[in-house]
Amino acid sequence: MFLISSATALLAWSPIFVSSAQAPQQPGSAITTPPYQTIPAPAPQRTGLNIVVLDPAHGGTDPGARGAQGIRESDLVLDLTVQVRRALEAQGFQVLQTRSGNENPSFDDRSTLVNAQRGAVFVTLHISSTGLPGTARVYTAPESAGTVPTGGVLSWDHAQTPYAALSRKFGDAVQGQLAQRFKGSPNNAQIAAIRQLRTTGAPAIAVEICSVSVQDRGDLDRMMPGVADSIARGLAAFRPSYVLPGEAGSHP
Amino acid sequence: MNGNWRTWVLIGLGFAVVIAAIYFPVLRRRVKTAAKIPQPSEEQARRELTQAVAQSPSDPVVKAKLFWISNEDESALAPVSIELALSKDPVLRAKQVLNTLLAGPVDSDLRTLPPDAALLAFYLLPDKTAVADFSEALATSTPSGIQSEQMAIDSIARTLEANVPQVKRLKILIHGQELDTLAGHVDLTQIFVVDSKSAPRGAITLDLPTRLALPPAAAALNPNAVKESQR
Repeated sequence: MFLISSATALLAWSPIFVSSAQAPQQPGSAITTPPYQTIPAPAPQRTGLNIVVLDPAHGGTDPGARGAQGIRESDLVLDLTVQVRRALEAQGFQVLQTRSGNENPSFDDRSTLVNAQRGAVFVTLHISSTGLPGTARVYTAPESAGTVPTGGVLSWDHAQTPYAALSRKFGDAVQGQLAQRFKGSPNNAQIAAIRQLRTTGAPAIAVEICSVSVQDRGDLDRMMPGVADSIARGLAAFRPSYVLPGEAGSHP
Repeated sequence: MNGNWRTWVLIGLGFAVVIAAIYFPVLRRRVKTAAKIPQPSEEQARRELTQAVAQSPSDPVVKAKLFWISNEDESALAPVSIELALSKDPVLRAKQVLNTLLAGPVDSDLRTLPPDAALLAFYLLPDKTAVADFSEALATSTPSGIQSEQMAIDSIARTLEANVPQVKRLKILIHGQELDTLAGHVDLTQIFVVDSKSAPRGAITLDLPTRLALPPAAAALNPNAVKESQR
């Protein structure tokens, strides 16, 4: 019983579950004037960006990229997450993590955490196998060729679709910061069909640092504070643009 | 008689020891030489069988464009022009260019696909969607990472776009199966747009069976949602 009521509450709360009963009445529909004084309906409120879900990729039996010096991506991204978390909390964001130890939640489990939040963005953190060491890249999901549902229930498999434009803006803001700190990094976010981003119903980016192929792990450790600060600054710059699809004045 | 027999046995044994002492270094050398000869792996043996794409002498030699890692920027692809005899049949032509792409450039550091990967099959559907089925090595030997995986997919898509205009979209299978990701990041459940004029590269289509956007636990508690997702 508790589980069912919890699930119902979750469905009612989540931004992507809009029932037809909650849909606004269309002008011209048959509504009679009530014989009592009405209180004007409150204007739809914009959802503020409050929560950041950080996703240290891989973990458990999946070490991710591995370097010749025994560097494991799954370990490094946990350290990076701690630093990003600190930088974001200093800016007043509430931070959630998809894992904080050596677990390996599924792609869907990680998406579930962010899809159940309102006013959230998602950042998945990676270290690459290849690429120019000392650079960092931001990726966002492609803006799909398909149609975006305008109401009702959004498919889990394409939860990112309505957020793709916002994600791009968020990605560009963070990539701009990274380009200033790490020479050789591109100026704009790249597009890649990343599995984790597809089922994420929120503005979402992947940040990938190059690379586990460095001879000394210290090279990557030294990048982390700069990457964390860039993400926090990029998010602060993106914050005013955060208007969820379907909300008043939305323009993703 | 007894003494003669013993002598002959001892002489025989001594002779055997001398022969063994002479032959042993020769044998050792042969074992070392044999160890140096690379044995074809199962993957390579399969590749040799599957890569034999019939080339007709009438196939015209054209300048094919293949996309490998750029000499100047290791995070970008660059076209390399190679003279190849390419069939006019789009399926054969696609197999020929993809096999050349898999064989890799002269500088092996610039390759985008693992050397032991093979193209097992290639189909072209009436809606111009190509289905390319690669061996498991494509998934197991591509370095794990967003950049490396995306470059592998892009090199296939751009090579097809440049040489086989009939291909507009691309579905990648691994040993006949649809995988969730190539090596942990890039989504292989989707169809990649090959024709960059009609859509931005990397865009994907939405013609997959859909699941509702419910967290799995919530979906399990909502029988209507489960039914909807199965339609």
